[in-house]
Order: sequence, then structure tokens, then C-alpha cells
Amino acid sequence: MSEAVATKRAKREALGPYGRVGNVINELDERLGIAKGGRTFLDKIFPDHWSFMLGEIALYSFVVLLATGVFLTFYYIPSSAIVTYHGSYLPLQGQHVTQAYASSVDLSFGVRAGLLMRQMHHWACDIFVGSIVVHMARVFFTGAFRKPREANWTVGLTLLILAIGNGFLGYSLPDDLVSGTGLRIAYSIMESIPLVGTYLAFFVFGGNFPGTSMIPRFFVLHVLVIPLIILGLVGAHLFLLVRQKHTQFHGPGRTENNVVGSPMFPVFMAKTTGFLFLVAGVIGLLGAFAQINPIWQFGPYDAARISYAVQPDWYMGFLDGALRIFPAWSFHSFGHTIPLEVTIPAVVLPGIIFNLAFAWPALERKLTGDNAMHHLLDRPSFRPKRTAAGAAVLAFLIILFIGSSTDVIANFMHLSLNSVLWGMRVLTFVVPIITYPIAYYLAKEMQRAPGAGKRKTANVVTRSATGEYIAEAAPAYAEDVHHELEATPVPTFIEPEQSSDNGVRTAPR
Amino acid sequence: MSEKTSRTPVSLQSVRESDPHLQPAAKNPIVVERVIALNFIAAMLSFVGFLWAYIVNAQAWKLGATFGGGMTFLGIGLIAWGKYLMPRGPFVEERHILSSTQDERNAMSDAIVKRGGGVIQRRKFLGGLLGGSMALVGAASIWPLLRSLGPLPKGTLFHTDWRKGSYAVDQSGRRIHKNDLAVGSIVTVFPEGKQNTDNGQAVDQTVIIRISNEDYTTQKGRESWAPHGYVAYSKLCTHLGCPVGLYEQQLQLLVCPCHQSMFDVTNGALPNFGPAPRPLPQLPLYIDANGYIRAQSDFHEPVGPGFWERS
Repeated sequence: MSEAVATKRAKREALGPYGRVGNVINELDERLGIAKGGRTFLDKIFPDHWSFMLGEIALYSFVVLLATGVFLTFYYIPSSAIVTYHGSYLPLQGQHVTQAYASSVDLSFGVRAGLLMRQMHHWACDIFVGSIVVHMARVFFTGAFRKPREANWTVGLTLLILAIGNGFLGYSLPDDLVSGTGLRIAYSIMESIPLVGTYLAFFVFGGNFPGTSMIPRFFVLHVLVIPLIILGLVGAHLFLLVRQKHTQFHGPGRTENNVVGSPMFPVFMAKTTGFLFLVAGVIGLLGAFAQINPIWQFGPYDAARISYAVQPDWYMGFLDGALRIFPAWSFHSFGHTIPLEVTIPAVVLPGIIFNLAFAWPALERKLTGDNAMHHLLDRPSFRPKRTAAGAAVLAFLIILFIGSSTDVIANFMHLSLNSVLWGMRVLTFVVPIITYPIAYYLAKEMQRAPGAGKRKTANVVTRSATGEYIAEAAPAYAEDVHHELEATPVPTFIEPEQSSDNGVRTAPR
Repeated sequence: MSEKTSRTPVSLQSVRESDPHLQPAAKNPIVVERVIALNFIAAMLSFVGFLWAYIVNAQAWKLGATFGGGMTFLGIGLIAWGKYLMPRGPFVEERHILSSTQDERNAMSDAIVKRGGGVIQRRKFLGGLLGGSMALVGAASIWPLLRSLGPLPKGTLFHTDWRKGSYAVDQSGRRIHKNDLAVGSIVTVFPEGKQNTDNGQAVDQTVIIRISNEDYTTQKGRESWAPHGYVAYSKLCTHLGCPVGLYEQQLQLLVCPCHQSMFDVTNGALPNFGPAPRPLPQLPLYIDANGYIRAQSDFHEPVGPGFWERS
């Protein structure tokens, strides 16, 4: 054995059993005291249920938004100054367009990977808002918002509103014909608010529409102010999540007092990092193969021009639909006008929906008198009233969303616009009203089903020596025997009667 | 160890090295390892492809396919590694009660109410002054900041740039002559000199339609407004201000593509379908000695959507 090898080994042994890593930990801990908290962090348990990744989709599409968005800011020019287009897109050659529009087209065609980045950014936004909505639905229908997590419900809902708002602002920045029309509508909606509307619109847009301030203003809001708030609230959302720990579904060994799942390191870390790549990958493939917002086809914004059959991004659809199907009820009296045909569908209606959502945890606590801590999740079918209420509101929003395409539906189905409009007006009321009882009784039925919450077991058919066939249900899976399912106190509003025949034991009140 | 015991969650801190909870979840780890390896190799190839596509400046879809494909392969590989080859668990962690004891809560309330409140109780006058200063610093900073954001609306809501005698010009600035339009034609016009301004395009935009005189129902007080069948309406929809950009020639309806309000051009642009509550304001026209179409005056009412100050 040479001397060099021996010294190497001696050195390694001197480092102790954990090698260099141990050394680094020691040095860091001496200065920052990281070891105790670090170990707890590495050992943190994450539940494995698939529905918990919906929030991760939102988080990771936000990461993609930040990365692609920074790229776009290097080339986008937030200016309404008029320039003559001389880029590589021939049909626009020589046209007078705003610098915002020219730079958006240029970054799509003149910058390497620019078009990909723009399309990824737009897709990531649509996915961001979509995953927040689905994540929120999961939280709602499983009762994850209940005490002690009301604050996180509020933070999440605020994030949804900010995401929708920032999506709309970003959609407006290219200053193309479609986005400009959207801004015109937004301006008129602000203007419609009684008393302060015109002042609000003038302050936001820096004067009468369109003016030259909106593009630079909305740019700063879109790339700096709102993303910073979102980032801060995402931090708060995750902090609360770690501090209060995850909720979990019922299952073997799971109680109100523990969390069952995989540890942060290395299992969850591998899965979640892989999931970040997967989300980015899917957005990348969408950016590659699914064209979105081709602004060069829409043309530059011109306040006196308009395009036909253009819909806003999906998350604004319910507002557009409400504006279409609400009747022309303007109110004028005493020398003043209240444009109810705008104010009610575009200001009052979203106000009611979002405020109802903000108030729901408190409202449910009040209605049920249930003030207990809840860490175990509900199956939606075990809370029929809540499930039915949520389903009815979702149905209402979906009908409004479909209502944003009345003209396209009329064209496509060869119906008169009038019958489509009246059809949507009727459906807006009828669908939520029938959704409620359907969801309610469906939930009750599912709850009574003997296999509620359990996997199906096989029917084992045996043939006896005498040739007789006997069918017998195989025993339930060990983890499906719900002896651990200690139901939390069942609130009367949510579930009016206790049933003992549904295989679920209900704890005494 | 039976199937049941191995599915019972254990604590990470108490688990021994030989415990089945620490074994991979995969029944056949070798196969899984190969599949994961294939994914990582595919990811590496995709990223090399991305670099190549970037260097040769390939089309966007090639960049996206190689990048997105690489990320997808990488993601699938890593997720599969975590799911099938790492300790399968399940592990359990106890929740710690977040709330403090009543004594600790009382101590905090005490600090705020007695220590802090006491300070204010003793100096009520100073407290009032402090509150007043705070309120004023808010008002002093917020109001000017808000006020600088834009001009006050005032009269701009009620007027356009159309004046008595304004020539109607198209977007290129050409004056509209009475022989320019055939019956059933439409043109978007602006007051001369304003066709290229923001306000001209957004507020003054007007459509002139030439309709056959026999179709036209004259509104009371507007007898002289539509000479030779030339009728002019504000192009701003009274619902939300979109340009009323579609003209249905057969039915003689102006249609707003945004929310499908329809206006009857033969009858004072009264809305007969959709959410628009008011007719499009009409611009009184006259034809001068040289045959050019000009405005008799501004619109007689505010154009565009409704707002509070509108009577």
C-alpha cells in the first residue's frame, strides 16, 4: 500500500462516519443552529393522496410563469408610442402599431425561443388559474377549510383573485385587437359603479379610455406589484401548511392527532421535484404544439375596430357570460344613471360569489355549531348539504361560462341567437336549482351504500364436491375495515340525521 | 411479517434498518430501475436535441418538443424513483398542539392590555395626537397619490370632438362626399383632424350608413338630421363601449360583436336585442354646398356606456 493511499484513508477517517456532509452540517450548525429544525424538516410527513398534488400544479405552474415571464420582460416594451412595424412578419410591414404590440410580435418571431416562451407563459397562466380552482374545489368538498385552517382558505381565495386579475392584465399587455377590446370592457365596468365609477376609471386608466398610461401602468402591476403579492401569499400559504400540518383522509392508523404518508426527504422531495419537471414539461409541450393567442393574426389594437367571435381567457368567461345574458335594465332617475345591466352581472355578482366563498368557513361554523378542530377530511358524500351547495354554485358558474359563447353556439348549432340567449337565461336558474337536490340525494345514496368509502371486494365463486356453486363476497381489505374511522362530531346543517346502517360509525355529539 | 403489519404506519424515528417500511414499494425493483434509466436517457437526448434546435434556430415547435419532452421524461423518471424505489412507508408523525396554555394566553393579553394600554391611559392627550397624526399622514399621502393618477372626469364624459361644421372623414382623413356611399353602405368616420388621435378613435368614432329613405322612420325633433338617407350614429355600444362593428345589411341592424346588442338603424338605432339599454346616440348631419357630409353639432347626449353622472 502506497503512502498516498494511506494518508487519504486517514484523512477520510478523521472526518467521521458522515464524511464531508457531516463536516458541513457541523460548521453550519455552530453558526446557524440548523440541525434540530433541519432534521424535523427532513422528517416532515406528506400524505400520499393524489388530490394533494392539485395545489402543487398551481405552485409549479407559477414557477414556470415566473421563469418565462422574466424572459419576456427582456424583450417586451411597455409603451403606447406609435412606431412603424418593420419586423419579420410580412403582413404587418409598414403598419403603424404601438411599441407594445410591435415588441410582442418581434419577441415571437425575432427572438430565439421567444414564441415558445410566450405560448408557455400563456398556457402556464391558464393552468395556474385552473389548478387553483380545482384545488379549491378539493379543499371545499372535503372540508379541509374547517378550523383551524380558515386563514389558509382566505389566503388561497385571495391568491385566486390575484391570479385572475394578473392573468387579465397580462393578456392585455400585447395591445392586440382582442386584448384592447377586453380593456375597453373593463373600463366600462369600472365606469358603471355608482357614485365613484368614472373617477375610478379615470384614475386607473389615467384619463379617458384608452390614453397612453394604461400599458406602462398595467405592465408594472403585472410584472412587479401583483407577482410580489402572490409570492408573499404563496409563502404565507405554505408556512401555514407546514405549521398546521396537512389534513388527511381516513385510513388505517390515521387519526385526528397524526399525519400518515411519506417523509420530506428523500421520498416526497423526489416526487415533488419530478412533478415540477412534469408540469414544466407538459406546459412546454403545450407551448410547442397548441397555439395560443396568435396576436399577429388579431392585428394591433385600434379603438374603432373590433373582431368577431373572440372570447376572453377561460377564467373571465363567467363574467362575460353574465354580461351577455343579463337583461338591459338600466336605471335612471333624479338626474343619475345606474347601469344595472353592467353593475349587477359584472360587479355585484362576482362580489357576492367571492364574498360568499370568503365567508363560507365562518358561515358553516355558524350554521352547524361545529367549532371543533378538524384534521381528518370528509368524504363529500358524508356531507350532502355542503356538497350540494358547492355543486350548485359550480353549476351556476359553468352555465355562465357557457353563456360567454352564445354567438358561437348559435352559429355552430344553427339556432337563432334569441333562442340561445333565452335558453341560457333559463338554464342559469334551472341548472343550479336541480343540481342541488341531485347532488344531495346522490350523496345520501352513496353514503348509505354498504361499500361507501371502501374498495370493492371480489365475489368468490366456489364449487362444492356435489357440484353446487356458492358465491361469497371475499373479506374486505384490511385497511378498508373502518374501525379507525372515528367520525368527527357531525353537524346538523351538513348532515341532518345519523344513520347507523351505512357501515360508518358516527361518534356521539 | 404479515401484509397488515407492514401497512401499519410507523414513526420514522423509531424504525429499524431491516423494517419493511424502508424497503422499496416495487415488487420488481430491477425492472423499475431500467424503466427509470430509460426515462433519464431519453431526457438527456431531448435536452441535447434542444441545444441543437436552439443552435440551428429551429422552429418553435421543435424547441418546445425537445424541451417539454425532456422535462416530461425527467419528471416521470424522478417521480417513479420516489414512488417505487424509495422507502415505501407509510410513516406517521404526531401533530403537536399549536395552542398555548390559558396562562400563556393571559400573559400575552396582560402585556397588551395592562402594559400597553396603561401607557396610553396615562397619556390620553398624547394618544389622541398620535392618532390624529396617523390619520392625517394617511390622508395626506393617499389622496394626492390617487389624485395624480388621472384627471377628473368632469365634462369629458359629456362631449366628443364633433363640432358644428366638422367634416366627416374616414380613418385615412378623406372627407366623405354624398356620392361616396351607395344605399346600404356603411363607413366609420371621425371629425376631421381627430382621426388619428386616441380620443378621436375611442370616443368620436361614428358610423355613417346610407339607408333608403322609404325605410327610414324619422324621430321627432330629428327631421333634418339624416339628409339623403345619410344617418350617423355613435359607434360606441351603449352596453360596454365596444365598437358596434357589424352591419347586418338585410335587416338594417348594427350588431355589437362583444355581447350581441342589436340596433335598428332605420328607427333611431333603438336596441331591439341584447343587453344594451339605450339607442346609439345620433349625430345630426348636413350636406354642404360642395356635397360633403358635415356635422350640425356634437351628439346631444353622452356616447358609450352608462355612468352615474349621466342623466
